[in-house]
Amino acid sequence: MSTLLDIRDLIVHRSGRPVLEIRHLIIEKGGVLAVVGPNGAGKTTLLLVLARLLKPESGKIQYCEQPLESIPDLKYRRNIGLVMQDSLLMNRTVFDNVAIGLRFRRLPKREVTRRAGEWLERLGIFHLRQRPALQLSGGEARRVALARAFALQPELLLLDEPFSALDRASRHNLQDDLKSILAGANTTTIFSTHSETDVQKLADRKIELDGGKLKG
Amino acid sequence: MLLNNPDVWEVTLLSIKVSGLATLISLLIGLPVGTLLALNKFPGRPILLAFVNTGMALPPVVVGLAVAMTLWRSGPLGGLHLIYTPTAIVIAQVIISSPVVTGLSAAALQALDPRLQLQLLGLGASRLQMVLSIWREAHLSLLAALMAGFGAVISEVGASMMVGGNIRHQTRVLTTSIVLETNKGEFASAIALGILLLLITFLINFALTWIQQKGARR
Repeated sequence: MSTLLDIRDLIVHRSGRPVLEIRHLIIEKGGVLAVVGPNGAGKTTLLLVLARLLKPESGKIQYCEQPLESIPDLKYRRNIGLVMQDSLLMNRTVFDNVAIGLRFRRLPKREVTRRAGEWLERLGIFHLRQRPALQLSGGEARRVALARAFALQPELLLLDEPFSALDRASRHNLQDDLKSILAGANTTTIFSTHSETDVQKLADRKIELDGGKLKG
Repeated sequence: MLLNNPDVWEVTLLSIKVSGLATLISLLIGLPVGTLLALNKFPGRPILLAFVNTGMALPPVVVGLAVAMTLWRSGPLGGLHLIYTPTAIVIAQVIISSPVVTGLSAAALQALDPRLQLQLLGLGASRLQMVLSIWREAHLSLLAALMAGFGAVISEVGASMMVGGNIRHQTRVLTTSIVLETNKGEFASAIALGILLLLITFLINFALTWIQQKGARR
């Protein structure tokens, strides 16, 4: 496997204090990496830094052997897909939510319809496509958020606690679906979680964060 | 009888034109400034927000006084010869309405989940696409800000009187006409003009509310 991300001496401050310090971390292409740790461990911070939505205090990140800062922000972010913890859907239909990132990229209408439809289907929510997204259940909303990210065909997928606040059955079903999707995709995936079950089910590697530092 | 009087139509049209233009300019100023204040953190932001919020309660008569002194023949912008023109009324009304639109727009955008910006950028939105999506998300509250801005200027009389001068066929608007008719003791005319002003305000707000609620049902 080749390296997608090479992170060295990363330090991130928030409100003047360090919240993340990573001496060295390599993320391979195509793998599924779980970032485990308690609340406040720095999991979300790491994902935001990797999405270039949070600027580190210092450190070097290389993306495909290129310094991250040499790639324009927008160009880099159009290679990734981000799913934040609370789905954060827009007040539009389910279809429009899934299509939003494709429209940001100004893809032709036919392509937007095809890709959004494909991922609505794969995540089992095609029948909800005309429903207002803000009326969905937690599990359905999480599926929409995932479809929205997968439709972008990202090189790097960042999932912040994708199963949090779901009931047991929804969590179980979504884990199964996500597992089969990730197995067939060539997308490098990094997801944060508290749960060892999520790690065992989905990840092929895990790192543990505690107090902003890598354990072990 | 009122409807047969061409003067009434003239002041009505001028009221709509002047207040409509002032509201439009306020929107062009208030929406970007409100967005800047709501979505960014920078030194001095709390002070700017406090200024804007104070500006929302600016007494029109004080604005009228300041604009009149500025546009007065001997004032700093006296050379522009704008005093007692509809343009002077527009300037005063923009000063009254802009803080209202700015403050309410900022409040509307601040009410959204701040992580929504990050989520949109994380889906590949450019900065402009992110802002447009956020505006769309808050469009109901932004329309309310627009209605409040229009309401603040269509109903004000102090500034229009001071900088417009209530000159017949030139700067007379509905509110200044009502004051004039009342001063003359022509209460019937004053009441009729008042009803007309209320009707116009209602129709414009009804149209905006219709657009707003159509958006809410979607």
